[in-house]
Amino acid sequence: MNIIQAKYCCYGSETEPSSIRVQSDGNIVYSVPLDPANTDYQAILEWVEDGNTIEDAD
Amino acid sequence: MSKAAELAKWGEVSTNGQVSGRRNIVINGAMNVAQRSASVTGIGAAAGYFTLDRWKINTGNSAGRLTMTQTADGPVGFANCLKLDCTTADTSIAAGEYLELQQIFEGQDLQSIGKGVAGAKEITLSFYVKANAAFTFGVELYDLDNTRQITKLFNTTTGWVRHEFVIPADVDDGSSPFGDDNAGSMQVTFLIHSGSDFTSGTLNTTAWANAINTNRAAGIDSFFSSTDNNFFLTGVQMEVGSVATPFEHRSFAEELALCNRYYYFRGGGGAASILGNGGYYSGSQVESVINFPTIMRVAPSLVQTSGTNYYVAESGAGGADHLDDWLVHLSTPYSVLIYNSSDASGTSGHYARIGSTSDGSIAFSSEL
Repeated sequence: MNIIQAKYCCYGSETEPSSIRVQSDGNIVYSVPLDPANTDYQAILEWVEDGNTIEDAD
Repeated sequence: MSKAAELAKWGEVSTNGQVSGRRNIVINGAMNVAQRSASVTGIGAAAGYFTLDRWKINTGNSAGRLTMTQTADGPVGFANCLKLDCTTADTSIAAGEYLELQQIFEGQDLQSIGKGVAGAKEITLSFYVKANAAFTFGVELYDLDNTRQITKLFNTTTGWVRHEFVIPADVDDGSSPFGDDNAGSMQVTFLIHSGSDFTSGTLNTTAWANAINTNRAAGIDSFFSSTDNNFFLTGVQMEVGSVATPFEHRSFAEELALCNRYYYFRGGGGAASILGNGGYYSGSQVESVINFPTIMRVAPSLVQTSGTNYYVAESGAGGADHLDDWLVHLSTPYSVLIYNSSDASGTSGHYARIGSTSDGSIAFSSEL
């Protein structure tokens, strides 16, 4: 998963995010649950460690 | 038939792999399942899963590029193989470059090896390989839990050759078994391009040892040396014990079910598809619950194509509601709720039939 942009997403009227929307290459979009065992989520955390930022939810 | 003859026959049948099934730890070793795509070009900039299920391209720091395909070729008894075709060469190999083809295994599927404790067993790795020319490449077993590894070199020719390697047992210090869980504990890796960070030492090939990067790929050639280069692989088998038994062929359905634990293609991609039943949770949010055909490794990610009107929610009274993409909520290994609240416009409580256009496609990934 090549991460170009990442943004937290909240379901309905909830205020705590339940997923991260990731814009990847071309027209590929991931929706990644906040599960530490999910390797896409692990990749996002590494991306953040590299100095990138996950945008806040709307 | 005498008792001795009977036993001899039993031994022959057993050796031929006719009665000792479910030996192969590798999934999709015959390269028959390709849910993502049969062919992807331009691979090399980033690691990932591109075509054949469970087979990951791990790459870094190289300008080399390749096309990865499921190809209808193989030794007798194999309909398919994995083919790598070098499309951009990289002959100026920087120290940190690498290109690897690998499969990662859950620790709970490796317990029969008994690795890292007294009584640990040998592992036998076998596979069929060919290339456009003679190369020396490496195949490595890497213990992710304990950072230990061993590499065997093999040679390619232009014809299919089966290589068999018996990997010695690793007792280590007697207290380092694989984790009995769903995390990755070991990977088998085909090393086909490496810089000096991985080649400048002495190949660790006799026994498992604590991993030293410079000893992992010493002596291998480079797949990226020329755009003439092709690499073909099939019939990959990893089994407990010291004998390379015949490849264990499984049905397509069995293999697909094993792959679905890590990746599940739901629909779309080239043809309009029905994705599921859904409904309007509110006037501005449509959603659908999707149950997985097998329990996935962990809560999966949704992987989709996204674009204007790629998806549709149709309800009898409301007509077609066009959507760009989906988000997940309550993702679990068993099921997931997907929803759209950015484009949806319907009537709260109305049923909706969820589908994709030929441009849309969705899948779920819980890969290692």
